[in-house]
Amino acid sequence: MQLTRSNPKGRLDSLTWAILGLGVLGAVVGFFMAMSSPPDQNQGFVARIFHMHVPTAWMAYMASFGALFYSVAYLVRRQAHFDRVAAAAVEVGLIFMALALLTGMLWARPTWGVYWDWEPRLTTTAILFAIYVGYMVVRGAIEDPELRAKAAAGVAILGAINVPISYMSVKWWRSLHQTQSIDLTTGKIMVDSAILIPMLVNLAAFTLLYIGMVRLRGIIAAREAAQEEA
Amino acid sequence: MKPKHILGLLVVAAALAYLIFGGLGQNLVYFITPSEYFQQAERYQNRPVRLGGLVKAGSLYYNPQTLELRFVVTDGVKEIPVRSSGATPPALFGENRGVVVEGRFQDGTFVSQNLLVKHSESYQAPKEGWTPEQVRKLIEETQ
Repeated sequence: MQLTRSNPKGRLDSLTWAILGLGVLGAVVGFFMAMSSPPDQNQGFVARIFHMHVPTAWMAYMASFGALFYSVAYLVRRQAHFDRVAAAAVEVGLIFMALALLTGMLWARPTWGVYWDWEPRLTTTAILFAIYVGYMVVRGAIEDPELRAKAAAGVAILGAINVPISYMSVKWWRSLHQTQSIDLTTGKIMVDSAILIPMLVNLAAFTLLYIGMVRLRGIIAAREAAQEEA
Repeated sequence: MKPKHILGLLVVAAALAYLIFGGLGQNLVYFITPSEYFQQAERYQNRPVRLGGLVKAGSLYYNPQTLELRFVVTDGVKEIPVRSSGATPPALFGENRGVVVEGRFQDGTFVSQNLLVKHSESYQAPKEGWTPEQVRKLIEETQ
């Protein structure tokens, strides 16, 4: 999962533009596909928020693995570039996490009856959100770049433990949140193909957007670092 | 890696493992089932409890004027009557649907303060030949 190639110069390359452009195009196509997908037989049209909620939630999880990968890479190689990409992975992940929580709450009110409930999936996801915020706070609080990178890498590595816990929470404990519709542990898919395909288009688009935004944020961070040194 | 770092990581890993597999799993049960209630009925008296199960078919009574709502929650083995008032139930609420109620036990009846609907993870299009517009009309008519 190479989010960015070694690009420590901070040059805005055409690959980043291509990924971002494809992501935006995919999101537009995905939106129209989602809005023409059939409603759910029980929930009706409100279930269409599925097309937004699931991709953003997966990106929010992926952000933690991206940060884990680049934090370990930083601790092994000690290159500032890896630290910048790890920070970008969390920062962009925070946006997707906020979107996942927001869409989830908007979906929960008409179906479950409440915006929020302290049930296992929601609680573990809120903890993950707090870890992402904490990661940014740690980065903001430490001046020394090397100490900051090491402390942030520690937060990212420990925080990543929460992703499998959050993912499996609906199976390990009784919860209000339903179990996975697309279960990565068993391979079972409980979604009609007419609903599944638009969601997968959105998932691909959001993945491209996520990678493109992380690359862009990494490039900006590299330029900032170059300016500070000069 | 220095020995003190390895020790620190081991302590963190052990603490997390204890939280996940020891403390949290046993004590933080999100809701109890009717069968579990009857096993330890006195334990659940006079304190807030979450009760989960299915709404038993044919047990649902709802008065839209007074917002009085009564139904029976079942886990297939045991049943508990539930009384709720004060709020309109969510649109997905109905017989044979999953439900989690928050409240207290009072003389064998569960008095619900908050009613949550638990829906399935399956998303299926409505029956063949139904256009979205027809479904929209159907949903509007039933409400």
